[in-house]
Amino acid sequence: MQFDSFADFIAMGGYGFYVWLSFGSCALILLGILFSSLNDTKRIFSSVKQQAQREERIKKAKQEAGQ
Amino acid sequence: MVKQHSYWQLFSAVFSKDLKLAFRQRAEIVNPILFFLIVITLFPLAIGPEPGLLARMAPGIIWVAALLSTMLGLDKLFRDDYHDGTLEQLIASSYPLPLTVLAKVAAHWVITGLPLVLMTPVFALLLNLESSALLATVLTLLLGTPLLSFIGAIGAGLTVGLQKGGILMSLLVLPLYIPVLIFATSAIDTSSMELAYSGQLAILGAMLIVAIIAAPIAISSALKVSVS
Amino acid sequence: MWKWLHPYAKADRAYQLCNTLLPYFAVVTVVCMIVGWVWGLAYAPADYQQKDSYRIIFIHVPSAILSMGAYSSMAIAAVIALVWQLRNAELAVIAIAPVGACVTAIALITGAAWGKPMWGAWWVWDARLTSELILLFLYLGVLSLYHAFEDKKAAGRAACILAIVGVINLPIIHFSVEWWNTLHQGATITKFDTKAIDPSMFWPLMVNIVAFAGFVGVVTLIRLKNEILQREKHRPWVRDMVERG
Repeated sequence: MQFDSFADFIAMGGYGFYVWLSFGSCALILLGILFSSLNDTKRIFSSVKQQAQREERIKKAKQEAGQ
Repeated sequence: MVKQHSYWQLFSAVFSKDLKLAFRQRAEIVNPILFFLIVITLFPLAIGPEPGLLARMAPGIIWVAALLSTMLGLDKLFRDDYHDGTLEQLIASSYPLPLTVLAKVAAHWVITGLPLVLMTPVFALLLNLESSALLATVLTLLLGTPLLSFIGAIGAGLTVGLQKGGILMSLLVLPLYIPVLIFATSAIDTSSMELAYSGQLAILGAMLIVAIIAAPIAISSALKVSVS
Repeated sequence: MWKWLHPYAKADRAYQLCNTLLPYFAVVTVVCMIVGWVWGLAYAPADYQQKDSYRIIFIHVPSAILSMGAYSSMAIAAVIALVWQLRNAELAVIAIAPVGACVTAIALITGAAWGKPMWGAWWVWDARLTSELILLFLYLGVLSLYHAFEDKKAAGRAACILAIVGVINLPIIHFSVEWWNTLHQGATITKFDTKAIDPSMFWPLMVNIVAFAGFVGVVTLIRLKNEILQREKHRPWVRDMVERG
């Protein structure tokens, strides 16, 4: 461990602002694009499900109308 | 048997047609030059008329203005032909599309780039450009404006089918213009210090040759995608 | 020789391949990211000149390397897509672009945050930062071109052409900016000398580079899967898969 205390770790020898700005924005951006992509997956899955359900309903309605 | 035309006949036919069409709309030809003049006038108004400062910034200002006015004129390159169906015909014809594209870009340069080169002494005067740098400025514009036309035509080809194509094309093309800008302004700066600038000119010339050979191919693929 | 690759031109096989690869990339990424960040922030020794601010190198260098790596991969995929007319390769181009743009942005932000304590200014027009900025424009150009087209097939091909034109220009841009920068030398150049880097800093750097590479891989795979699903929405294999959950 290069730092004597947690306070020293945060202070980063006086450069704390810049170091944590860098690491913080990096984490933000990386997590941001990761979650945005996972969200897109969820959206696509639910829209495919919705479409499938719609078509089921339409098929059923046609069958009932045909009888 | 349909009479086959030679490559040279194809080139000159497309070239002269574009020139003729452009000259029928005189106003359109003047626009890029006027824009160039206005931009050059704006800079002293914005940064102050101090001659030393203007002289130092002159190469950069002239070149950024040339860049911007070239981009302004590029929108016209394929758009009219796209809208009236000529472009589709050119693509579908049995003649090589890169050659047709070469002719169109050459005509475009004669209309937009060449006037800039010819009017350089006027601009140099307005911006207090060092007289030792005048020849370098003319030469860099002579080599550079065709280069700008070729690179820009790639962007024009990609965006011709789009609604808001104009702005997007500028965004696409500007990063590609940066090397041209760097070498051209460096050549002018070097010449104003009375040093040899043939190296920068050589690089510009090399880029131009590569552009003449390679750009028409990229432009043709882009046009085929846009028209599909 | 390349026959074993042929099945992956089909969307469902490509999708399966992404699913197979994803766990490996994810594990490598998570492990290396955690190890790399902890090592770099807490255990690597402070630099003699730059003290603790140099720790930014552990994310600045990997993100810069990956920004160019991602662009090269994008360009290779673009060439494959155009030459062999492979739709999956087009989709790969679009999958990589946003990730590449993000990593480039990180390189720029961390570069600025490093520059402020070192050179006294948030932004300096040094050769590498300027080239990174132009690279960001190239990424954003590919993305905006793709999204400007209504017809996504044409959009994919146009994006591929732009990516290829960009990659040809990339070395020229780097070279010209380097050259421009040496002409207009700034006040001081306190570049971190990465050639003579101490092993105690070299290894955490390597781990972080692997972590970033893994991350780009993970998100690209996820986005590629999304693009494939989006294109193949109406096909039975997608329906079946979604129903199975």
